[in-house]
Amino acid sequence: MQPFVRHTGRIAALQRANVDTDQIIPKQFLKRVERTGFGPSLFYDWRYLGDGRPHPAFELNRPSARGATILVAGPNFGCGSSREHAPWALGEYGFRAIVAPSFADIFYGNCCQNGLLPVVLSETEVNDLFRRAEAAGDAGYQLTIDLEAQRVSAPDGFTARFDIEPYRRDMLLQGLDEIGLTLREEANITEFERRLDALERGSA
Amino acid sequence: MTPRTLFEKVWDAHVVKPSGDGPALLYVDLHLVHEVTSPQAFDGLRLAGRRVRRPERTTATVDHNVSTGDRALPIADATSATQVATLSRNAREFGVELFDLDSPGQGIVHVIGPELGLSRPGMIIVCGDSHTSTHGAFGALAFGIGTSEVEHVLATQCIVQSRPRTMEVRFEGLPGAGVGAKDLVLALIARIGTAGATGHVIEYTGAAIRALSMEGRMTVCNMSIEAGARAGMVAPDETTFAYLEGRDRAPAGDAWTAAVCRWRSLDTDPGARYDREIVIDAADLSPQVTWGTSPGMTTDITGRVPDPAAAATAAERESLTRALEYMGLRAGTQLEGLAVDRVFIGSCTNGRIEDLREAAEVARGRRVASTVRAMVVPGSKRVKAVAEREGLDRIFADAGFEWRNPGCSMCLGMNEDILGPGERCASTSNRNFEGRQGRGGRTHLMSPAMAVAAAVEGRLVDVRQLLKSVAILS
Repeated sequence: MQPFVRHTGRIAALQRANVDTDQIIPKQFLKRVERTGFGPSLFYDWRYLGDGRPHPAFELNRPSARGATILVAGPNFGCGSSREHAPWALGEYGFRAIVAPSFADIFYGNCCQNGLLPVVLSETEVNDLFRRAEAAGDAGYQLTIDLEAQRVSAPDGFTARFDIEPYRRDMLLQGLDEIGLTLREEANITEFERRLDALERGSA
Repeated sequence: MTPRTLFEKVWDAHVVKPSGDGPALLYVDLHLVHEVTSPQAFDGLRLAGRRVRRPERTTATVDHNVSTGDRALPIADATSATQVATLSRNAREFGVELFDLDSPGQGIVHVIGPELGLSRPGMIIVCGDSHTSTHGAFGALAFGIGTSEVEHVLATQCIVQSRPRTMEVRFEGLPGAGVGAKDLVLALIARIGTAGATGHVIEYTGAAIRALSMEGRMTVCNMSIEAGARAGMVAPDETTFAYLEGRDRAPAGDAWTAAVCRWRSLDTDPGARYDREIVIDAADLSPQVTWGTSPGMTTDITGRVPDPAAAATAAERESLTRALEYMGLRAGTQLEGLAVDRVFIGSCTNGRIEDLREAAEVARGRRVASTVRAMVVPGSKRVKAVAEREGLDRIFADAGFEWRNPGCSMCLGMNEDILGPGERCASTSNRNFEGRQGRGGRTHLMSPAMAVAAAVEGRLVDVRQLLKSVAILS
């Protein structure tokens, strides 16, 4: 997994609540058997017109969002389906972090598994970011996210602290492989299985 | 000993390595696998030279991509066919049991786990699918995971989890005629919202839950995820044991007796505390129907489409306006009477035998309106076989419903079962998201009985009115 330590980039402001993973990556694009190839289909139904041209009104297609690497969105981002294709698509599009007042649980975990940092700020802070981004216009608005310091900041003086579980933070900072870590617990797992298998056979 | 909830008992019994403040390493009793969220996980194993640690605790089926039409024909869509074939190859290579298209056990993963007797009380069950919460109906801790976690569970039979908080949702009283499990859970989501239970595991309690069949409990637990919950659970009781006894993979003989004895101790202890409690009077509920593009946008069938102008915040107003625009609805419109083009009965929420019995009861002797295309998609081949033994297929066919082959079908339209743009659908599935059933499609979620009522009337109606006319006639 690609580590996440510190990142500076332009934001894309998606001021919508309850963005579900069906919107992030619609079902017709879930048929691939690879981990790649999802970026062009990100937000497909919102992003493209019926004839395949980019929808000019969609937030990610605006000049202010060109080259954006940080997505700022409304509450309960990533609700619905557990499809990890959603963070794969966001990552492949170029996003390194998502800032929102809240995330759905499964999506949050899936992001962390892929080096895509989910940042929870308060609703007031996120709304403040939306206002600043709007004021910046087509020039775009740049944000720095520092996972080590757990801080979001911008050259115009915006600054906010965020919380993240220490375990998630370490995994992301070091880009660790969770399977590798768990396999170190081989003795504990084997011992647990011995007891469980005996119980299920009715011999415990 | 400190009194513990059902959730706490199941959690504690699965801790492989205690964790202090961090997440725990938990053992997974049962890992269910389907074709959409598993190929990249098996690929990961191959790349790392890892095997499936416990193939006998892993069960796979094909459901999302499969055709509900003629099974003698190959899958028309090449990428769907590849995904289905990839699961077959992976199952063979890694020694995992697969209920494929030819198997009499094939069906939606959340229908076949229970019907095989694989999903049992006290277990931890995971699957790369958010509706894994369904299996919590048995008193299991069951939750959806992503593909990276699927790979983790395949390789280690364990999962790393932070401990969620607990929420009791108590349905007091008993619902009236025409009001069932789907209405209970939709009413809950309407009340607490789609993020209302984020970070929590719900335990459903109360007289209305106790009175439900296992199928009804599965419907309620299934949609826990739509309230944002990590999982939903119901403490096992005689209904649970009666459902499981004699199933193919359920324990038998002395092992069964010992298991039931263990399962009886799972009940939440008197005095145990939940982090949050919600009480809903089931007797007060009317049939529920969604009007918008999120399962929280639900109201009574007797209700009206809300007015965005009355929203509490600008953000909410924005989201209501968007939803109404997408749904082609105006504020204040009465839901009853709204014309529908399509009706879908099926899915992991409402594709079980009890659901089909409920639907057939309303369909018996009636006709689908000439303006409506209605389909019934059984949740599994077994459900289909039982329904056909009971003659339900004849009732549906005589009424003008299509009787199809099992799969996820129009719940998410990964196969050819999709809505056209602007088509309005009365659906027994679980999500009314934009485009979920087809780009531009408009979904109204409701119970099987309500969906049949909509099919025969050609518009949304209160099924209680139809039931009343039956009562008068008889």
